[in-house]
Amino acid sequence: MSVALPDTPLSGHATSQVPDAEGRFGEFGRRFVPETLMHALEELTVEYAKAKADPSFQKQLDGLLHTFVGRPNPLYFAERLTHECGGAQIYFKREDLNHTGAHKINNTIGQTLLTLRMGKKRVIAETGAGQHGVATATACARFGLPCVVYMGEEDIRRQKLNVFIMRTMGAEVRPVTSGSRTLRDAINEAMRDWMASVENTHYILGSVVGPHPFPMIVRDFQSVIGKEARAQCLEATGRLPDEVVACVGGGSNSAGMFYPFVDDTNVELTGVEAGGRGPKAGDHASTLTFGNKGILHGTYSYVLQDEDGQTADVHSISAGLDYPGVGPEHAYWKDTGRVRYVNIGDKRALDTVQHVARTEGILPALESSHAIAYALERAKQRNPSDIIVVCLSGRGDKDVNEVARLTGQEL
Amino acid sequence: MAFMPFIAAGDPDLPTTARLLKELAASGADLIEVGFPYSDPIADGPVIQASYTRALAKHVKLKEIFATITGVSREIQAPLVSMVSYAIIFRQGIDAFVQEAKAAGFAGLIVPDLPGDEASGFAALMAKHQMDLIQLVAPTTPPDRAAKILKHATGFVYCIAVAGTTGVRKELAPQLAEMLKSLRTQTTLPLAVGFGISAPDQIHHLKGKADGVIVGSAIVKLLENLASDSSKTDAVLREIGSFAKTLADAAHT
Repeated sequence: MSVALPDTPLSGHATSQVPDAEGRFGEFGRRFVPETLMHALEELTVEYAKAKADPSFQKQLDGLLHTFVGRPNPLYFAERLTHECGGAQIYFKREDLNHTGAHKINNTIGQTLLTLRMGKKRVIAETGAGQHGVATATACARFGLPCVVYMGEEDIRRQKLNVFIMRTMGAEVRPVTSGSRTLRDAINEAMRDWMASVENTHYILGSVVGPHPFPMIVRDFQSVIGKEARAQCLEATGRLPDEVVACVGGGSNSAGMFYPFVDDTNVELTGVEAGGRGPKAGDHASTLTFGNKGILHGTYSYVLQDEDGQTADVHSISAGLDYPGVGPEHAYWKDTGRVRYVNIGDKRALDTVQHVARTEGILPALESSHAIAYALERAKQRNPSDIIVVCLSGRGDKDVNEVARLTGQEL
Repeated sequence: MAFMPFIAAGDPDLPTTARLLKELAASGADLIEVGFPYSDPIADGPVIQASYTRALAKHVKLKEIFATITGVSREIQAPLVSMVSYAIIFRQGIDAFVQEAKAAGFAGLIVPDLPGDEASGFAALMAKHQMDLIQLVAPTTPPDRAAKILKHATGFVYCIAVAGTTGVRKELAPQLAEMLKSLRTQTTLPLAVGFGISAPDQIHHLKGKADGVIVGSAIVKLLENLASDSSKTDAVLREIGSFAKTLADAAHT
């Protein structure tokens, strides 16, 4: 195994006071990028700190989240699922009710405001399934910023609806034909664009991955999920939940959901990765469960790679979880034991979409269904007085073609 | 001025890489950079990424690369430097990787995704093994950052000619001359310019400003022809040799 990086030792318990000035979450995080990007990352770090301390920035962001995104979205008691499980009470944090149908827009609105603040005139983004691409195109349209979205050729083929929406919003969708032609290569391509355009362009990264300060910025903008859920749970039940559950690909909805609970040490936190077809390499995207410590896309975290350090192929039924890395803060939470990471396979996630639709009248995204599937199992093991809050990160409309195909139905 | 060509190991296969290294050395290369294929090379443009992809499609392994270099490094005079992602180094264990690289005959490493800020621990390890850690300075690097980076630099300084990835470009950035002038006041190490260089007139243009030129994509591009037809190997090696000689002559005169 690898020799440790020169780093700060783990404290033994997680704190919310991360990352430090160098972007370290315990030993994880930091910046492993070409020198050409370093100045831009330093500049972004400084500008973000100023924005965070500026009440007018926060006010503008809150206003847009309210009137444009539709926040706060509700914390919903899934009554019939709860009865059916016969255990803990199950609540859904309804990110699926946001404008554009997922949590991704919390981050893109924030980063678009940062772009304007920095005086940059152009935005680029990467997208896998297209949710982050749509959310970025939407935010850019709202502010009249030109926007280029890099998307793997393979994903463009699979996600025609989102490609159409992005183009309708005025974004240019640029096909990526290198490597595996999926999200991983879209990130590579966006970083390359950024290296050549960094003077006038901001890169709106869509998850809590990449070099510092991205994992921190995206977590902060997504933390509105956990902050609202925490307050709503207190209001509805008079206490904090016993367990909070969210799915983990790159890890943005889960980071936003978990972060406001990190210091509530009585609240169990569970991240659900994509178990895919099984534990064999190439059949899943469970980076924290099966991966090793390593470097990918400019950050030090857990990664799925071969013994030479080449990034592994991954698989999940859900395009949004199909990523061979994971945010460095999740690596930190895993190693400190603050968050438990489990995985749920393709089949269970698919069944759960249909089950939740029929039982609650909500069509969850395949990504979110991984978290719900785990929560339903977990509820059965818990007392009826216990509370589980699940992040329902997005709606399932984007998946209907895939669900129909996999269940042998015609659309 | 020194001429420093770059090729990717294992494209189209390692025996050809070995022949190519000898051909480049015979054509006047003063130092040769050997790129280690990586699945996610964000600093590289399409030509070098395609070369890495071809090598990885044939499952070239680290062990085999080191074995090939061990064989060649004794036979040629020009020092060999490995261009390798920190993802690969870290996976092997940084100490183990540096030892293997040293044993294979590499004189130094260029680690494009280990910027100066993160390099202090690694620089110390490299120094312990008497290996050079070549640091990169970009057109976007402010002078105070450059000073920090140069603290850990050994061998030579890799001056990135243009903001962006590797790849052939017609024009060099006008700020380049200024960057070189400024670096000259900050270090006594030789300054080598790379990214975008492909022709003798660009090399002439750098005379008196830089101490070396790095040419990658323009050479690697010639290997594309071998991907589908290995019978052309001799002809392509001759072509690369004569192209390298043109560039070496431009650098040396």
